Amino acid sequence: MKVMTMAATAVLALGLTSAQAEPVKVGMITTLSGGGAGLGIDVRDGFLLAVKQSGNSDIEVIVEDDQRKPDVAVQLADKMVQSDKVDVMTGIIWSNLAMAVIPSVTAQGKFYLSPNAGPSALAGKGCHPNYFNVAWQNDNLHEGAGAYANFADMKKSFILAPNYPAGKDALTGYKRFYKGDLAGEIYTKLGQTDYAAELAQIRASGADSVFFFLPGGMGISFLKQYKDSGIDLPVVGPAFSFDQGILQAVGDAALGVKNTSQWSKDIANETNKAFVESFQAEYGRLPSLYASQGFDTANLLLSAMAKADVSDADAFRAALEEADFRSTRGNFKFGPNHHPIQDIHVREVIKEGDVYTNKIIGTALTSHADAYWAECDM
Amino acid sequence: MFLMLQGRGFMSLILLIEQILNGLQFGIMLFLMAAGLTLIFGVMGLINLAHGSLYMIGAFCAAAVAGMTGSFLLGLIAALAGAALAGALVELVVIRRLYRKDHLDQVLATFALILIFSEGTRWIFGSFPLFLDVPDYLSGPITLPGGIQYPLYRLALIVIGLAVGLGLYLLISKTRLGVQIRAGENDREMIAALGIDIAKLYTIVFALGAALAGFAGALVGAIQSVQVGMGEPVLIMAFVVIVIGGIGSIKGALIGALLVGLTDTLGGIFLPEVMKLFFDPSTATSIGSSLASMAIYVLMAAVLVLKPAGLFGARA
Repeated sequence: MKVMTMAATAVLALGLTSAQAEPVKVGMITTLSGGGAGLGIDVRDGFLLAVKQSGNSDIEVIVEDDQRKPDVAVQLADKMVQSDKVDVMTGIIWSNLAMAVIPSVTAQGKFYLSPNAGPSALAGKGCHPNYFNVAWQNDNLHEGAGAYANFADMKKSFILAPNYPAGKDALTGYKRFYKGDLAGEIYTKLGQTDYAAELAQIRASGADSVFFFLPGGMGISFLKQYKDSGIDLPVVGPAFSFDQGILQAVGDAALGVKNTSQWSKDIANETNKAFVESFQAEYGRLPSLYASQGFDTANLLLSAMAKADVSDADAFRAALEEADFRSTRGNFKFGPNHHPIQDIHVREVIKEGDVYTNKIIGTALTSHADAYWAECDM
Repeated sequence: MFLMLQGRGFMSLILLIEQILNGLQFGIMLFLMAAGLTLIFGVMGLINLAHGSLYMIGAFCAAAVAGMTGSFLLGLIAALAGAALAGALVELVVIRRLYRKDHLDQVLATFALILIFSEGTRWIFGSFPLFLDVPDYLSGPITLPGGIQYPLYRLALIVIGLAVGLGLYLLISKTRLGVQIRAGENDREMIAALGIDIAKLYTIVFALGAALAGFAGALVGAIQSVQVGMGEPVLIMAFVVIVIGGIGSIKGALIGALLVGLTDTLGGIFLPEVMKLFFDPSTATSIGSSLASMAIYVLMAAVLVLKPAGLFGARA
C-alpha cells in the first residue's frame, strides 16, 4: 500500500514538474491563535500534508495568523498581494473575515480558494470568476439537517443559532428544507457560553426535536448543559459542533447525536482512506472536516497547476473549474458559481475505544448545489 | 396575541421561576470574578485585565487534574491552588512594578499578560478544548417544589457561590487581614506607616482575587468549554459588574453581579417575546436578541447617570 502511494506520488510529481514553468506562490491567512485556532490549524495541516505528499517543489506556501480579527486579515492580505506577490490565496475560516478579504483579493486579479467560509453574499450576486469555494456554501450542511429532520419525522423543531451572518444563513438553510412546524426560533449571542435560559425555553416549548448551529466552544457548552438539563429530545445539527477537534471535550453528551457533513473519516474511497491514515501518521490525531477541506483545497490547486500556468489566468481558471482531483469526499464538482455540488451525509456520534468520532448512517442530499447559483452572473 | 400569552400563563410562571434561578446562578458566578477584580482595584488601585486569564488557568488546572485523578473535588482544589499560585507569581514578577505607574501602563502590561497566558496555555495543552464534566453526584436535573425541573449542578453553584460570598464577608469584616484590606482601601500611606508589610498584603490580596477567579473558572468550566480565551468575555461582564456596583466595594460587586445576571438572562427571554407584539416572529427574534445583548450596557449607563460612582462606590 505504502509503496503504491509513494509510486503514485512520484509519478504525479513527475507529471507536475514537466508541465510547470514557474512556481506558484500561495498566501494562506488562517486562524492559528485565540479561541478558534483549532479550525485554522486543521486547515493548514491538511493543506500542507497534501503539498508534502505531492512532492511538488514548485509551490511555496506562506502561512500567517489572522487571530480571528477582520482588520488583521485585511492587513495580511494587502501585504501578501503587494509585497509577497502571491498568485493564489486561501485559508480563511470565518465568514466575516472572508467578506473583508476576498472581494478585494479577487478584484486585484488573484485567485482565492476558500477552504471553509462560504457566505451567501459571495455565492450569489457577489460571485467572482477568481473565487472558488472548496468546502460548501454556508447554508448547505443546515439544508442537509432540514432534509434529515423530515426523514426522521420531526414535526416541531426548536431551532437556535448565534446572531451573526452565518447564524442567519444556518436557520434559513434549515427552514428551506424542513417541512414541519417550529416550536421556537432563537438567536443567541455570538460567543455565548451559558444556555440555561434557552434550555428552559426549549423545555417549555413542547418541541419534539432541537436543531442548533453553535460552532466551536459554544457547541461544547450547549451540549454539556443540554445533557445536564434532563431534556430528552433528539438533536440534529451541522458537523461544526461535532468535529473531531471538539468531540473529546463534549464527551458522552454528544453520543448518538445526528449531524450533517460533506465529509466523514469513514467515507469509503481510496483517497479518503489514505488521507485519514497519513494525517494520523503525520500529526498524531484524527483529521476533522476542516483538515479534509484544507487537503482538498491543496489538491485542487495542484491539479490546476499540472494543467496550466498560473500567469495565464484564463487557462488556470478553466483548469480549476474542471476540479480534476480526487476529493476525500468522493463526488465533487463545481457549480456555475464555483461552489461545490456534492453529497451531504448524515453522521452519528459514536465511541471507538476511547475516542469519540462519527460514523455515516445515510445521505441527506445527493449532488446538492447551493440556493444562490442562479443569482450569480459571471 | 394577548390571549396567546394568557394561555401560556401557567407554563410561564414555571418558566419565569426557572429563568430567575438561571439569572441568579449566572450572577453568582460573575460575583466570584468581580469580587477579586474589585478587591484588587480597591486595595491596590490596579486595573487587572489578566483576571480573565486566571479564570482560564483555574479551569485548565481543574480539567487536567480531574482528568488524571478522576476526581472533580481534587480538580477544584487544584484550580484554587493553581490560580492562587499563578496570581502570587504574577504579582511578584510583574504587577509589583506597576503600582506607581498610571492606569494606561497597567492596562498595557496586563494586556500583555493575557497574550502570554493564552499562548502559554496553548503551548502546554494544545489548541483543542479540554474535557471537564460535572461529577456524577451532581449531574442531572432534580424536581423542585411546584414541579420545576432544574439541574442540580446549577443549584450547587448558587449555594457554593453564596457560601464563598459569606466567607469573603466574614474575612473582610471579622479578621485581622480584613481590617488591613479595608485600611489599605482607605489610606495606603497610613497603614504602611503603622508598620504593616504592604508588599506582603498586596501579594495576598492578589492571590486571593486570583483564587476566586480560578475557582469560578473551574466551576463554570464543567458546564462550558475549557479552552484558550474563555476568560475574556467573562472579564468584560465582570468590569460591567464592578462599574455598576461601585469600584472597590464587595457588597457592590454582589448586588451588581446579581443585577447583571438577572438582566442578561431575563432580557434574553422576554425582549424577543415583547417584540413579537409588534413584529413578525422572525424579525422580533432578531431585534429582540440584539436589544438583549445591549441590555446590561443600558443598565450600566443608567446606573452611571443616576449614581456616577456606582451603587456602592465610595469614590467618584
